[in-house]
Amino acid sequence: MSALYEEIQEIRARYPESLSAVMPALQLAQERSGGWLPEEAFREVADALDLTPAYCLSIASFYDMFRLEPVGEHMIEVCTNISCGLNGAQQVVEAFESELGMRAGETTGAFSLRTVECLGGCGWATIVAVNNRHRLNVQAGDVAGIVAELRGTGRGEG
Amino acid sequence: MTAPRPEVVFAGTNGGTLTEIAAYEAVGGFEALVKSRALSPDEVIAELNASNLRGRGGAFFPTGRKWSFVPKPDKIDKPHYLVINADESEPGTFKDREIMLRVPFRFLEGCLIAAHAIESQHVFVYIRGEYEAEFDVLESALEQMRAKDLLGEVTIVLHRGAGAYICGEETALLESLEGRRGQPRTKPPFPAIAGLYASPTAVNNVESITSATTVMEIGGAEYAKLGVENSTGTRVFSLSGNVVTGGNYELPHGFPLRDLINDLGGGIADGRSLKAVIPGGSSTVVLTADEANRVTLDFDSLVGAGTAIGSAAVIALDDRCCMVQLAVRVSQFYEHESCGKCTPCRVGTKWLTSILQKIEDGRGTQADMDLLVSVAERINGKCLCPLGDSDAIAVMSYFDKFRDEFQAHVDEGGCPFHGTSSLDHLLAPVAMHVHNEAVAHA
Repeated sequence: MSALYEEIQEIRARYPESLSAVMPALQLAQERSGGWLPEEAFREVADALDLTPAYCLSIASFYDMFRLEPVGEHMIEVCTNISCGLNGAQQVVEAFESELGMRAGETTGAFSLRTVECLGGCGWATIVAVNNRHRLNVQAGDVAGIVAELRGTGRGEG
Repeated sequence: MTAPRPEVVFAGTNGGTLTEIAAYEAVGGFEALVKSRALSPDEVIAELNASNLRGRGGAFFPTGRKWSFVPKPDKIDKPHYLVINADESEPGTFKDREIMLRVPFRFLEGCLIAAHAIESQHVFVYIRGEYEAEFDVLESALEQMRAKDLLGEVTIVLHRGAGAYICGEETALLESLEGRRGQPRTKPPFPAIAGLYASPTAVNNVESITSATTVMEIGGAEYAKLGVENSTGTRVFSLSGNVVTGGNYELPHGFPLRDLINDLGGGIADGRSLKAVIPGGSSTVVLTADEANRVTLDFDSLVGAGTAIGSAAVIALDDRCCMVQLAVRVSQFYEHESCGKCTPCRVGTKWLTSILQKIEDGRGTQADMDLLVSVAERINGKCLCPLGDSDAIAVMSYFDKFRDEFQAHVDEGGCPFHGTSSLDHLLAPVAMHVHNEAVAHA
């Protein structure tokens, strides 16, 4: 059995009913598959939890943080909800678009850029999540520095 | 003169964190747990009832009463569960993350007190997937507690969400925790009777549970002396928007809203003037600047002003904010987060966004203004959960209180701010595909 299979059994043991393990199992599979869920990942999770791949996909497609398509090495997410919007979030989005030469919603090999709903840091707007770690008080002028820093590092350094 | 600011949730932190167990014990940590475990579950619940602590997630339901609804183990042959809602995602709200980061032990101590009160040995903390740093802090705190054997017979499992606002609704959260899509259930049965795995379950917010620790530490009667009648204790208010110093401020209920904005928040940034305030998260009815200057931050005062304290998330809007653009952006959020189960919400939120965008773009007619009201009425109160209602209520409050501004968009055939509004062309996730198609076809 694969290492993933064994790890999912450990997760499964935490819950009274094994179906509860589907989200943490998908999270783990995504982490192991370069930040997204290829078909093979659904098969492995389904196999480990006695589910069908289709059921696992129905869960993944509901939640925003599961990615069904390949992502860049660095995931950049800019919050454009109310409080960030009031504090220049759109300028931050445009600065990333111009610095990276891509549009929000697109992925290149190195980067995925997208806007997201409220990240829960409204008092420190604008919030930018880089590989799911939050940067606070980001302004358009900070963007070139963030991009330069990421170009010099691999995944998980953000 | 600013009113006094007792600290309860953040007591002992001196503005910093209490993430090492020894530091927490040095300020009296776990004394409340020892005291609670020496009492019967009913005595703990009586203490909570005496405090009149009410839920900090948004519904303001009395915490002690919620616990008392969970049947006694001899009445039902099923395990009991305590589920903590740490899925904070109401726009404007960021208090629970700071509580978990700064006082993780006070929060986890509260979980053990609550577990004792409802006679449960199984605690699940459903934490927002985006809160990775907070997850790490809780994991480390739990490890330190296990090393000291503080958990006893209780297991605490940290369960990460994966990005869905709807999972903050308690029945959707339970569905998600059971391994399903996060779609709300019909109520009744209520979670107290048939919650997680159809078993008796109490679902509590992070701040409620953390405050319960203090209630047991100082006693319910003492806690009830803080704040005002019907809104006892302190509250962690999340202040954001066009203020100089946003952030979390722990204040007693009853604190004047204008003092939070002007004294603690340093007033409106960039020398602008206050236009409106969203007082309790994006779902609540907006207050005009005049109304905002008259209210205090407690349940009764805000209900009296026709709005709600909600999640205690105060968003200040200055005079650069176009209220139609605000409505578009708020509606886009609810459209994005609708789970799709109830048709009035799934379809109605999309319609609200589309009519509002038409008005903002200058293509709106008088008939569209009527249609907006009609769609809002067809959503409100017609779904299993309040998500669609929140969109309709928020948007209609902007429409009712700033009708002239909506009318000006129709009359002038465009936005009267002419590109100067602070929310101009804000790119919402729900509009990303349109954004990219526009470029592809350019």
